This record gives sequence, C-alpha cells and structure tokens, in this order.
Amino acid sequence: MSNERPITAHFRADKAPLTLEEYQSFGGYQALRKALSGMQPKEVTKSVLDSGLAGRGGAGFPAGRKWGFVDVSDEYAGPRYLVANADETEPGAFKDRFIMEGNPHALLEGMMLASYAIKARTVYLFIRAEYARTADIMRRAIAEAERAGYLGTRILGSGFDLDLHLHVSAGRYICGEGSAMLNALEGERPTPRNKPPHQTSSGLWSKPTVVNNVETLAYVPTIVENGAQWFKGLGLSGEGGVKIYTVSGRVQRPGAWELPMGTTIEELVEDHAGGMRIGLLPRAALPGGGSTAFVSAAHFRTRMDDASLRAAGSRLGTGTLILLDDQTCPIGMLRNLEHFYAQESCGWCTPCWQGLHWVEEALAAIEEGRGVPEDLEILRWHVDRLRPDHTFCDLAPGAMEPLESGLELFREDFLQHIEQRGCPWKRGA
Amino acid sequence: MLTDAEKRRIDEVRALYETQSAASVEALRIVQDARGWVSDETLRDVAVHLDVSPAYLEGLATFYSMIFRRPVGRHVIMVCDSICCWMDRSERLIAALSERLGIGLGETTEDDRFTLLPVVCLGACDQAPAMLIDWQLHGNVDAEDLSTVLSLYP
Repeated sequence: MSNERPITAHFRADKAPLTLEEYQSFGGYQALRKALSGMQPKEVTKSVLDSGLAGRGGAGFPAGRKWGFVDVSDEYAGPRYLVANADETEPGAFKDRFIMEGNPHALLEGMMLASYAIKARTVYLFIRAEYARTADIMRRAIAEAERAGYLGTRILGSGFDLDLHLHVSAGRYICGEGSAMLNALEGERPTPRNKPPHQTSSGLWSKPTVVNNVETLAYVPTIVENGAQWFKGLGLSGEGGVKIYTVSGRVQRPGAWELPMGTTIEELVEDHAGGMRIGLLPRAALPGGGSTAFVSAAHFRTRMDDASLRAAGSRLGTGTLILLDDQTCPIGMLRNLEHFYAQESCGWCTPCWQGLHWVEEALAAIEEGRGVPEDLEILRWHVDRLRPDHTFCDLAPGAMEPLESGLELFREDFLQHIEQRGCPWKRGA
Repeated sequence: MLTDAEKRRIDEVRALYETQSAASVEALRIVQDARGWVSDETLRDVAVHLDVSPAYLEGLATFYSMIFRRPVGRHVIMVCDSICCWMDRSERLIAALSERLGIGLGETTEDDRFTLLPVVCLGACDQAPAMLIDWQLHGNVDAEDLSTVLSLYP
C-alpha cells in the first residue's frame, strides 16, 4: 500500500465510505499486523517520530514526540488513554469529516497503532454533535472492526487488548481544545485545564493520555507500513508527508485534496479549486482556518507548509484555506470571525470572554458605520494583550491572528468605513 | 420519570467510562432525543439516576449549545452563520427561512413544526450555505427554493 495518496487513493467514486473488506483489499490493517507481530511499542513511536508527522489539528506539535512523553515503562501499571479528536469546528475546516466519511478504517487503524505505541487499553473517538452522519459511519466501521477481531482482547493473537468507544459531544468549539476535551469526557464543564501537568503525564482521570487529531492518526498506518523515510520523502520542502488540504470561499470548486506537504497556495486555488468564480479576484487567504493570519494574494506562491507560512507571517494550522475575494468586505469577514470566537469563548478567563466581546463590538461599530478612530486603538490594544501567556488557552490568541494581519492588510478599508460612516463594499454577487 | 429504555441506554453508556458522571452529556442527549428537550424535571431525574447533583448537571446542560433547556418544535433547523457560509450569503438564507416560517432565530413556529437556530461552522464549507435539519446536513441550500427541503419535514 505504498501509494502517494494513502488516505484517498481508493476513495469510492460514489462517495460511500470504504468498507472493512475494501480497506483490507487495498492493504488495510497490514500495518497493525506488522506492529503486533514484530514491533515493540517504542519502535512504533520512533517510526512516527522519524517521519516528522506533526499534529494536524492546528498546533503542529510532532506526534512522535508527544507519544514519547508517555511513561510506557513497567513501573507504571495503571491505565493509559488515547483520545481521537474529531471535534472539528474551526471555521473553514472539513478535512477530518472528509477523511472519516471516505476512509473510516484509516482512522481506526491509526487509533489502534497509536494506542499500541503508548500502551493505551482504551481509546475514545470524540466526535462533534453536528457530525451525525459521520458518527453513523464511524459506528458501522467500529462494528466491522470488532467483528473482524481488530478490537477486544488478544488482538490478532497478540497480548494487546483494546476497547474503542465513540463519544458524541453536544456542541461548543472549545471542546476541540485538548485539555477541555478531557474535561468533557470526564463529564465536567469543558473549560481548558492549566498546564502543566500536561496530558501525557496527567490526562483523562489523571492518567497518562494522548489526544491526537483525526488526520494525524489517519496517517499512522502508512508510516508504520512503509517507513518514516518514505513518508518524509513525499513532502516537497523538508516537512514530510502528504496532507489533506481544503479550499473554501467563493472559488469554482471548493473541496478537499490529498497532496504533498508544501503544495503552494496558488496550485491549491487555481489547479484544484478551479480559481475564483467568474467576476471575482482573490484578495487574500487564511491558510489554516479561521485562527491564522491572512496571506495576501501577492504571496500565493507560498508553500502550504508551516516553515514557509511562518516566513510569510502566518502558519499552517489545519491547512484548510479560506479565500477572501475582492468583492467581499474584509471588515465584514473579520467581524464574522470575531463573532464566532467571542461566542465560543468558554467564559473561564477574563481576557478572552471580556476581550473578545469588545473586539466584536468595535468591529460591529466600524462595519455598521458607527466606528471612530479610537475603535482601531481598541482593536490593537486587544491584539497586543490576548496572547498565550495572558490567556488560559489559545482560543483568544488564535482569534487575534486574522485580526492582527487584517488591521495591517485592510488598513484602507478600515479607514474608509470610519470616514465614510458605512460599508463601501458590495458583500455578495 | 425516566423510561426503562432511557435508563437502559444511559446505563450502557455509563459502563464505558471510569466514573458515572462521565456519562452525563450523553445521558442528556439520550433523554433529549426521546423528548425533544430537557425539562427541569427530566434534568433532575437524570441527575438522580447518575447519582450526581442537579446543579452540576445544569452546569453541563447550559454550557452545551446542543442541549435544549427549552421546548423545541418537531424539527430543529440549524443554519450555519460562520465565515464560508456568510460569504455565500447565509444572511439571505436566514432571512428567507425567517420570512417563510414567520419566526426569528431562537423561535418556534406557532404550529410547533420548526425551531430556527443559528449554528457555528458545520464543516460543510464546500457546500455553502449549509444547514442541519434534525441533524441531517443540507448543503448548497437555495434560499429561493426552500419548499422542497422543508417538505421533507412535515
């Protein structure tokens, strides 16, 4: 199964999810067999570490390094947990749904391999409430895996036992924050936790835990089967592997594609998404979902990998690109984004629940023609202060990324709204 | 009072976690899916069954946007108002639904058929504008032709 599109190469034309039989016919579950019959857990971790696989949930932390923090020695005899984060709620992100609905067993096999690597005996798939169809698909796939003996006790004749449970959530973006997700699973109000301690030493019910994004886990089988160097070699610019990129906004063909890490914004937008709709030009893009900084159209030759995007003033995040076209008001776009973040604030820390409220108010005033120059100072004041060392989690700092870049990039639009006491832009076609 | 079926389903979920309270949010969904919403009495009954405090359970129920602590209609419409749907005119869709049903966001039609709610990014950005009706995704919704989609929900 050493193909260059490990997750999507065999997607069905009718868009139905691959069955277990189909997945196996393309080599699925060979990685699990390989691991359980001849690899130590630490070898699986090393393979993932050497592959350079970075967390695909937005933070980009190396997956193998996170796994390596878990104490897998025999001195610790208690439970360990893996949690698969399928709470995908970042504006513009639909890559995890795309993976689960097309190739659910890639995720399941990845969950099993990750559990084996960190010696977890219980793994939870945490899925957002709104992904009802996706949850049904995962339920059926889990049942198939159970029937085939890939879950339960003495899997494939090995000493490895694993229980896999689906947890369906009930809304709120903050549940996707790893430590808040642990609180959610424990039945607590899902506000984030103070760190340290980190999840790998004290996570679910204070046990060693790893929370990984769906896409991160879905790439583990191919890495274990084909090797770290092979996966690394699939990337275009040093950061290894392939990735599910998405493009949304007013393009001809919004969608998701599995492509080498480092594909340029231009290629994504023009070659895969078909360019902008007739009569529209691209103005800027958020490369990695709502909480990343704008990259202007002049820089669309930038590669969609973290190092290249950081050099361009942004970051990879989820790699789910949102286009801003030249006939959509950028102030309106920022207001919509900040409304989302303000609403989704969990309410725990003052800079976030209060700060994002004032940010939204200032943007609303400016968009509606009630803005004054001091409102720009209010926005800059918050950009300066809602930073990771001032807030309890990264929700508010993330919210500031599009705003900070927008204040610079759309300076003229801001001034026009204030001076002309209204929105000079047409909002839609 | 919880039905035997509700209690059974809650007990199945309870067994999947280290503690009883971990089953709380799924227990709330179980009773909500059966009754449409979670009343004060139902909340207390769930709390008793899970052996947790009602105040604690209320804290969860009010945090989660998909747990309804007020009655809803037979069918719940959730329209995405986040960025990609906004760019593809979710405001126009919301206005069209609002006008057609004669209700605003957060309200229920007089005949109890529909409740209309906003929802955050549904992860259907390739099908904007999008909405859920009874948890079923409808993408590329045409604000000028709502009859067909609404007729699926009598």
